[in-house]
Amino acid sequence: MQPPEKPDIHSEAFLHMLMRRQLRLSIACATTFLVTLLGLPLLNYFAPELMATRIFGFTLTWLIVGILFFPLVWIISFVFIRRSIALEEAEVDEVARGNASAERK
Amino acid sequence: MPLLANVDPWIFTFSAITVIVTVAMGFWSAKKSKTASDFFVAGRSVGVGMNASAISGEYLSAASFMGVAGMVMSSGYDALWYPVCYACGYLFLLLFIAGPLRRFGAYTIPDFAEGRFDSPVFRKIAVVFVLFIGFFYTMPQMKGAGVTLAYIFKDIEWIGGAKGLPYWVGVVLVGAVITLNVALGGMKGITLVQAFQYWIKMFAISVPVFVLMSVHSHYGNHLQANLVKPSAGMTSQGDASTSLETAAALNRKVLPEKAPKDETWINPFGPLTTKAAKAAGLSAEESKPYSLLYTYSLIIALVCGTAGLPHILVRFYTNPDGVAAKRTTMWVMILIGVFYVFPPVFGVMGRNLMPELYNGLAGVKGTDGVVLNLPLILTEKYGTLGAVLSGITCAGAFAAFMSTFSGLLVSMTGALAHDIYGRILRPKSTPEDRMRMFKFCAVICGVGAILLGFLVETFEINKLVGWAFAIAATSYFPLLFLATWWRNITMKGAATGMLAGGSLSLVAIASTMLADQAKWAEGLKIWYTTHPLARTLAEQPAIWALPLAIVLMIVVSRLTRSEVPADIRMKMLVLHAPEKLGLKQEYIQEHQAGH
Repeated sequence: MQPPEKPDIHSEAFLHMLMRRQLRLSIACATTFLVTLLGLPLLNYFAPELMATRIFGFTLTWLIVGILFFPLVWIISFVFIRRSIALEEAEVDEVARGNASAERK
Repeated sequence: MPLLANVDPWIFTFSAITVIVTVAMGFWSAKKSKTASDFFVAGRSVGVGMNASAISGEYLSAASFMGVAGMVMSSGYDALWYPVCYACGYLFLLLFIAGPLRRFGAYTIPDFAEGRFDSPVFRKIAVVFVLFIGFFYTMPQMKGAGVTLAYIFKDIEWIGGAKGLPYWVGVVLVGAVITLNVALGGMKGITLVQAFQYWIKMFAISVPVFVLMSVHSHYGNHLQANLVKPSAGMTSQGDASTSLETAAALNRKVLPEKAPKDETWINPFGPLTTKAAKAAGLSAEESKPYSLLYTYSLIIALVCGTAGLPHILVRFYTNPDGVAAKRTTMWVMILIGVFYVFPPVFGVMGRNLMPELYNGLAGVKGTDGVVLNLPLILTEKYGTLGAVLSGITCAGAFAAFMSTFSGLLVSMTGALAHDIYGRILRPKSTPEDRMRMFKFCAVICGVGAILLGFLVETFEINKLVGWAFAIAATSYFPLLFLATWWRNITMKGAATGMLAGGSLSLVAIASTMLADQAKWAEGLKIWYTTHPLARTLAEQPAIWALPLAIVLMIVVSRLTRSEVPADIRMKMLVLHAPEKLGLKQEYIQEHQAGH
């Protein structure tokens, strides 16, 4: 097997790029989620009046934690899965193109 | 039939159907499980829909089906963190762990541990943790089964005149049924059963809620009946009168003395999280910071614990590839997210319509039984409808114990048969030998679980589950997270962090239980009463034990940096490169050549 020229999948640089891209995506999604999850107790703590506002009988905070939080998580995971699958396909493409150009030479 | 006198025929029928169908499916799928791979990872060929249903079925345990509703009823708002974090822990699993773990292509977590660090010793440590967390999680399932069965048949009359059913019958029944299923069909066998049990549970929790809401008004109205007073002089007069009118329209029953007051129940920082501060005699305002701390620590334990439960992780190996593993997680989150909307509704309605449960003793006779009992209020108006719905929720409870226990049993059996027998004791054994060993170990673990089940009759279900989560969050989660994303971690670093995090949080939780229950720990109890901060941190250790585990892993890895595996770049590539690049195959060939 001819070692491909660029990108070399066994090189340090390729691994770095791979992990950095994937980790960046994961961290972006995790941050959205954590800010919401960890922000809720803070809002309960510092803005109890706001969080006790009644909406259809629910208090605002009950509505968010008991019902609305689940769809939020679905949206985050949906976005993550689409992007991460697209990312993997792009990586495979890049390597394939690299292989092709190596063969031409 | 004198034997079945005084037993509700509907409850009996539905529960019996669930058990019989489970056994039948076990036999049916046993015919299809032939190879060792079928037994350990279901041939790695489970489709996304089926696997997502099976994972969800396994995950929704007795604690989710009955415990969450009971806790919402007894503690109010604070208990909502349980369903939310149970569901959201999966997001963490998806974001950081699911894909890489599947790509690595091991059979069990100890396989991953050994493969990642090239260390047979670490496999042994990992096996011990799998068994330990597994048995901790098993005990509450067993207890739930025993208590529920005894409750369903509480009025049964035997020929000799004796009444009721002893606790051990449920433990033995559920233990035996599932052990049989696992021994017959292994992972492949239980996948179908668990998928089926998810849909039973979903049906059993949602249908009664819709019927109850159509008769007794909707979720929001039942919450409206609770007065809100976040701070003095805050509530507008109009708001309070709306609550009173709603309460009157719902025919809300008078709450007993034992029930928490409306404003502490519906608002955050209620009885669940302020226990330690209240015991120290602090005022409501003074105890709020402790309560906030408790809430955060609980959130960390539940979210990270979910991502570190070995019996959940082992299921990811049944996916055909990493992309399927990600898609499966997405569906699991939808399936369990929808489910978790319903149990709190039981708690909220139970508070208004069946407050007498507050006076009941602990367990199913009290608020934990709200899911089983609440449908019976329909009996007054609609006769048998109440009994039919109650029968359905009982069947759901059975599905809950059985499916969670099946998953635990497979992961513990896998640890014994694959890791201890197949890799440590007799590495040269054939796949057929290992399959026979799987069946044998399934029986050993099943009997062990039944015996442990006898011991825990007096323990609280939620406490035991909490232990398992806290230990998983402070041992397996940091291990998996760092091992997949940080190349410089060494075996010694990982082991130190894992052992220290897991054992210190265990000691902390155990100390609060001893302080509450043991006579000789009286001194500790007094000390905890005067130190609410220490008590809060000991009851919910994740907030300090998880960072401690991570720091230890990093520091010790740095000190032993010469021991980073030589082929670490290849390992990291296998974990992170898309499968289509075919690196996994290369890695295996290289390894075989090396041996």
